[in-house]
Amino acid sequence: MGELTLQITDDNFESEVLQSDVPVLLDFWAEWCGPCRVIAPVVEEIAGDYNGKAKVGKVNVDHTPGVAAKYGIRSIPTLLIFSKGNVHKQIVGAVPKGQITDVLDELIG
Amino acid sequence: MVRKVIIIGSGPAGLTAAIYTARANLEPLVFEGLQPGGQLTITTDVENFPGFPEGIMGPELMDNMRKQAQRFGAETHFANVDRVDLSQRPFTVEAGGKEYQAETLIISTGATARLLGLDSESKLMGFGVSACATCDGFFYKDKEILVVGGGDSALEEAIYLTKFASKVTLVHRRDELRGSKIMQSRALNHPKIDVAWNSVITEFLGDPAAGGLTGVIMRDTVTNETREVKTDGVFLAIGHQPNSDLFKGQLKTDAAGYIVTEADSTRTSVEGVFAAGDIQDTKYRQAVTAAGSGCAAAIEVEKYLEAQEG
Ligand SMILES: Cc1cc2nc3c(=O)[nH]c(=O)nc-3n(C[C@H](O)[C@H](O)[C@H](O)COP(=O)(O)OP(=O)(O)OC[C@H]3O[C@@H](n4cnc5c(N)ncnc54)[C@H](O)[C@@H]3O)c2cc1C
Repeated sequence: MGELTLQITDDNFESEVLQSDVPVLLDFWAEWCGPCRVIAPVVEEIAGDYNGKAKVGKVNVDHTPGVAAKYGIRSIPTLLIFSKGNVHKQIVGAVPKGQITDVLDELIG
Repeated sequence: MVRKVIIIGSGPAGLTAAIYTARANLEPLVFEGLQPGGQLTITTDVENFPGFPEGIMGPELMDNMRKQAQRFGAETHFANVDRVDLSQRPFTVEAGGKEYQAETLIISTGATARLLGLDSESKLMGFGVSACATCDGFFYKDKEILVVGGGDSALEEAIYLTKFASKVTLVHRRDELRGSKIMQSRALNHPKIDVAWNSVITEFLGDPAAGGLTGVIMRDTVTNETREVKTDGVFLAIGHQPNSDLFKGQLKTDAAGYIVTEADSTRTSVEGVFAAGDIQDTKYRQAVTAAGSGCAAAIEVEKYLEAQEG
């Protein structure tokens, strides 16, 4: 996993995501999920492009069932974009990079 | 820059065509679409692809094919093709807001799961409605779910989903299943599997912003009575349809939307445009047959370009 993405767990979710000053992009994934491999490099790239302006976290649903359940995740890959502790946007399935960065750009302004 | 060949789609057909055209120094550009690796990336074990005596995971097989194509210089883009113009040469392909041109095209856009086509279904896709048991089954531990369909793939999905769900109800519009005898007896004798015979879903209930799917409305195909059924999830397994919308009005397709190719060839109704894999296959629809026709398309492209230069 890249150095610019954070590993989100049930323990650090509150401090890293809900209390973050900058927008947070969370990628819900699992080892056994084929389509998750598609979005992973895109998320990695975004972490590089938005370094300092937004946070990018990975949530392994096998190891972090609490967060996945709390937000009613029922399909992966799912991306959640948080702003000021709330879900601003939910994207289900693999999408082109532009569709994700548009949301971040709008939040960063 | 006008390319010699652009390949649309990155399933077994597209990536095999990429391996062959790259090895023939045609410097192929592959548009991978929104499902890089194609349909096999949403399955687990592939047991019938030759060369893997112990079977191989679908996503791994497709990663291997991509690497093999890249090793010979194929260029791959994670982008969806939004528009093509086949009316003049070179052909134009638009993807990610940019235009690309090529002397030949190989179309291998494959197929995707057929949906029921209800508005409430697309609204709740990913929020309780799914077309991929291996992707989403995990989220239905100890839940009660429905599987729509009556063929082998529906029975297979239903059995697979019993690993997670506490109860699986098959929703089938007739009073008998279509699947093979073995699969039927496996499914019908399973303690967690039930069948709702003569039933069709006419509406999905729930709000994606408030917990997602809560139930469905079902109609009895014999009595026409409707009833509300509570459920945590619905998996659709009612077959696949060819991804040919992009070519509507430009290429000859059959009534079901499959691109028509000449007998014993991958040639389409437009000279210089070839089609391979599930997009033109009404009969076999297997990974190895898709790969085979991808190889055929690549060789036909090579011959065609040689004749043009000739
Ligand atoms: C769950 C499941 C399990 C299966 N198991 C097996 C099995 O065990 N053995 C077997 O032999 N077969 C199996 N199959 C069938 C097999 O997957 C298909 O026959 C095969 O993948 C067809 O290959 P293809 O290259 O024609 O198309 P696909 O694999 O469908 O790939 C189509 C490609 O086109 C791309 N695309 C679509 N539209 C566009 C666009 N507008 N722009 C750019 N790209 C686009 C997609 O992103 C994708 O990469 C299975 C299928 C499924 C769904």
